[in-house]
Amino acid sequence: MNWVPRIIAISGSDLGVIISLVVIGGGMIWLLLQSIKAGDVDRRIVFLFIFISVSVPILFPITFAETATPIVKKLYDRIEDLPEGSTVLISFDFDPAMAPEVQPMADAITRHCLVKNQKVIFMSLWATGQSLLNVTMQNVVKAEFPNKIYGVDYANLGYKAGNEGVLNVIVSNFRKMFPTDVNNVSLDSIPIFKRIRSCQDVNLIVSIGGGKPGVKEWILFVGDPGNVPIGCGVAAVVAPQLYPYYPKQLLGILGGIKGAAEYESELIHHYKQFAHVDTPGLRMMGPQTLAHVVIMAFIILGNISFFVARRRGRRQ
Amino acid sequence: MRRQVPLIITFFIGALLIISVFIPPMTSLKETFTLYFDIIAVFAFFLGGGNLLRVHLSKLQGRKEDWGFSLVTVIGFAFMLTIGLFKIGNPGGISASITADDSLFQKLFNFVLVPLGSTMYALLAFFVASASYRAFRAKNREATILLIGAFIILLGRTPFGMMLTSWVPDQFSILQIPNLAIWVMNGPNLAGQRAIMIGIGLGVVSMSIRILLGIERSYLGEEQ
Repeated sequence: MNWVPRIIAISGSDLGVIISLVVIGGGMIWLLLQSIKAGDVDRRIVFLFIFISVSVPILFPITFAETATPIVKKLYDRIEDLPEGSTVLISFDFDPAMAPEVQPMADAITRHCLVKNQKVIFMSLWATGQSLLNVTMQNVVKAEFPNKIYGVDYANLGYKAGNEGVLNVIVSNFRKMFPTDVNNVSLDSIPIFKRIRSCQDVNLIVSIGGGKPGVKEWILFVGDPGNVPIGCGVAAVVAPQLYPYYPKQLLGILGGIKGAAEYESELIHHYKQFAHVDTPGLRMMGPQTLAHVVIMAFIILGNISFFVARRRGRRQ
Repeated sequence: MRRQVPLIITFFIGALLIISVFIPPMTSLKETFTLYFDIIAVFAFFLGGGNLLRVHLSKLQGRKEDWGFSLVTVIGFAFMLTIGLFKIGNPGGISASITADDSLFQKLFNFVLVPLGSTMYALLAFFVASASYRAFRAKNREATILLIGAFIILLGRTPFGMMLTSWVPDQFSILQIPNLAIWVMNGPNLAGQRAIMIGIGLGVVSMSIRILLGIERSYLGEEQ
């Protein structure tokens, strides 16, 4: 339940921190006075503050030190503890809209599996997932692990239409649904599939996404009937819906950018060779943190103006 | 007959698949029927594409309101479909994967669709902020509880949560905001989500039984 952060520190551009604090802090004080005097704030002002809180940390990067929460750490530890040569299936079940939030998780998990010399099978239940899967293969697998051989260390099954129907079949037979990989090469001639007949022969499945079909379908159609361990990385809005499955049916949940940042931080902490790789999760925590602070400030302002208006109404 | 035949097929297939779960030699039926389903589902792509064209072409034909957007939709659809089907600009030719590196399809996806999709999703931040400002007000007891919960989660999802409460002694670490956020997710959220899921599960079972027994016929295009 309890976790203690490794370090609490802000790093990055001092200029970014100063600009953010001065603009947002000053603006909020002005708005506070306006709220007490005149009531509600125009929504365009809300938009302006969100714009500043998101854009300044992007222009002048602010990064925060992160520590993995237990729910993220459990998935990290499972991958860490898998023996060399184990097979991990990563399913890219998302679209470009969700990609900024969940693609960093896919990249980090792929990186982790490959550095541990595990074999990775990529696939997608979403038509748009195949292209996003390609981005990870290009940016992580080929760029950072040029020595890994396609077919031996990793394989790409691509997208298959049929939603949960696909899972219903691959839980007992991969070849019935995927006779070939994405390049039309028979699975029988791909070394990684020599000992893999179905999902039940895979050591771990990680579903990255947040929609349908997605994590729930993987649990219902593969995890439970096939007794296969499942972990997931999902958009922040979806994570609360998956808590009922944790920890028995889901090993761990990476929720939103925070989950990605925690995983990246854990990876960097244990594998120094990744200290200089791009970590979009950690990078995006700056804008997200400031945006959250601004939203909270506006909630407080909203309540002040509400109580002021109510008090005035009573007096009148 | 027009009504009875689909009802009989539904009952027979449904009953067969339920029975097959309990009889091991029949378990492969599940895979076979799923493959049949996939073959049928492929036609939904044609139906979807055809419907998209029908709706937008009729808008263009009648020069209806916002017909310009329909024009962009039709051109975009036709363009991507042609490039995807004939693998135009694909370095590996017609036999290679459509998402091969440096293929035109992949480039269009990366440089057009991904930024557009991300932009649309990012706009949510602005509307969420505006909606939070207007909606999260301590008007009554329930709204106040919701407000406190939202605050804990918002702070708990940022490093500020820990910074603000790092002074709390270890024996009271539950009062640290990140731990409170974990408690909110593992306690009240979990209970609510589980209740909803059990409700949905029971609803699915009862609806399935109604369909199998022919009580629910709306899927045939009837009211009852």
